[in-house]
Amino acid sequence: MARALITAPRTAKRGEIIEIRTLIAHPMETGHRNDGQGRLLPRDIIRRLRCDYDGERVFEAELFPAIAANPYVVFTTVATASGTLSLRWEGDNGFAQTETVAITVT
Amino acid sequence: MRRVAGAASLAFAVGLCGAAPAVDGPRSGAADMSAELQAMQRDDGANPGMLWVADGEALWRRPAGSRQRSCASCHGDATRSMRGVAARYPAYDAASRRPIDLRGRIEACRTRAQGQAPSRPESAEALALEAYVAHQSRGLPLAPPADPRLAPARARGEALFRQRIGQLDLSCAQCHEQHAGGRLGGSRIPQGHPNGYPLYRLEWQSLGSLQRRLRNCMTGVRAEPHDWGAPALIELELYLAQRARGLNVEAPAVRP
Amino acid sequence: MTPRPSSIPRRRLLAAGAAAPLALCWRPAAADAAELEAAIRGFAGAAPVQAGRVTLDIAPLVENGNAVPVTVGVDSPMSAADHVKRIALFNERNPQREVAVFHLGPRAGRASVATRIRLASSQQLVALAELSDGSVWSRRVDVIVTLAACIE
Repeated sequence: MARALITAPRTAKRGEIIEIRTLIAHPMETGHRNDGQGRLLPRDIIRRLRCDYDGERVFEAELFPAIAANPYVVFTTVATASGTLSLRWEGDNGFAQTETVAITVT
Repeated sequence: MRRVAGAASLAFAVGLCGAAPAVDGPRSGAADMSAELQAMQRDDGANPGMLWVADGEALWRRPAGSRQRSCASCHGDATRSMRGVAARYPAYDAASRRPIDLRGRIEACRTRAQGQAPSRPESAEALALEAYVAHQSRGLPLAPPADPRLAPARARGEALFRQRIGQLDLSCAQCHEQHAGGRLGGSRIPQGHPNGYPLYRLEWQSLGSLQRRLRNCMTGVRAEPHDWGAPALIELELYLAQRARGLNVEAPAVRP
Repeated sequence: MTPRPSSIPRRRLLAAGAAAPLALCWRPAAADAAELEAAIRGFAGAAPVQAGRVTLDIAPLVENGNAVPVTVGVDSPMSAADHVKRIALFNERNPQREVAVFHLGPRAGRASVATRIRLASSQQLVALAELSDGSVWSRRVDVIVTLAACIE
């Protein structure tokens, strides 16, 4: 389990645009670097970040090796109803992690 | 002009730009960074170092070692018990009768009080705990202890700071005192203070310790770096803390 | 004391080896530019790529190319009838052109994404936006990337 930090408001007004900031620990090894012996270090990156809001997809990011280590992705969504934001990262070597944050919308 | 001058003009640039204007008191490396990096450091949701702090917080509470004790079982709530601690390190360790840095202190606790095996230098766990503990002093001024038993080691640290080393025959003082504020390549030369450590260095793509940075510098001037935990490194850390006294702890800082 | 080869710490060799490929991967500028245009064409499909409506915030001069903050925005009401479907970032000089593709929609509320990217050298960055009406808009920015003076 990689450490993930999610910054999102706990409460919002209906219709308000909220910002979600995500940060997850991952080396994002590009697959273009060599080790000291000249051997290629195999690629190991997070390839996808998805956000579902009460089960409906509201955001998706396709990430490539040019995304910096410990990927930081910020996006927005409209606060529609109280519920759960589910964030899922997937990548090479079977990397898969889901984090959830609850939001109360008034 | 699109292209930045290459390495060939390194010495020229350093000579041309000369020394920084005199400032009152020490100046944090944060002031020499771009606005974007300063913003990254300030924002706990964007600062990659906070990932290690979060790991450290979890480790603090986890029973470990042959004694199966957690840090919390002795030290309680770190936000209270560890507040101000990092600002007072390196300190004098009565048990080993020599100066000890924060990492060494945590390591002593891990091995003696918890019964854990010694950790490798720069291991993820060691860095996470150091980041978590140092973070509890964020915003507090560095306050190296006035313990007279530290004086000889601190003096040796200053001598090391001023000693020319390596194939490039440079001392710390030449870059970080005489040429602080000037430019090396595209970057401003900072005064070289330890107040941000452990910090996330973009060059490392990882969080790392002050000792890692000191060893980097030594390699940078083509000198054989001291071993991890060597007395010379602790003495340098001791002198650097004194030299930076009054600067606020920024752990975990971000640096290019 | 000069370091003897057998005593050079492995970490330093690894770091030196890791840093080297940026020089070893030198290609003629024309090849990179052609690949970039092909990548843009691949994203836009048949739609003509028009300059405008996209903002690309990135520092013009960057101290370290390992983690460069970038924000892309598009002027759009983000309504069901008129919104941004995808935002893409491409580069000119990295080992590969793609940086990221973001999928948005009316539920985004605002067309704005931010991340941190790697730039191997000074180069051009291109942001593209595909709107719900099928049009594609672009913004190009040149970034100067300097390297750390003292690497490990």
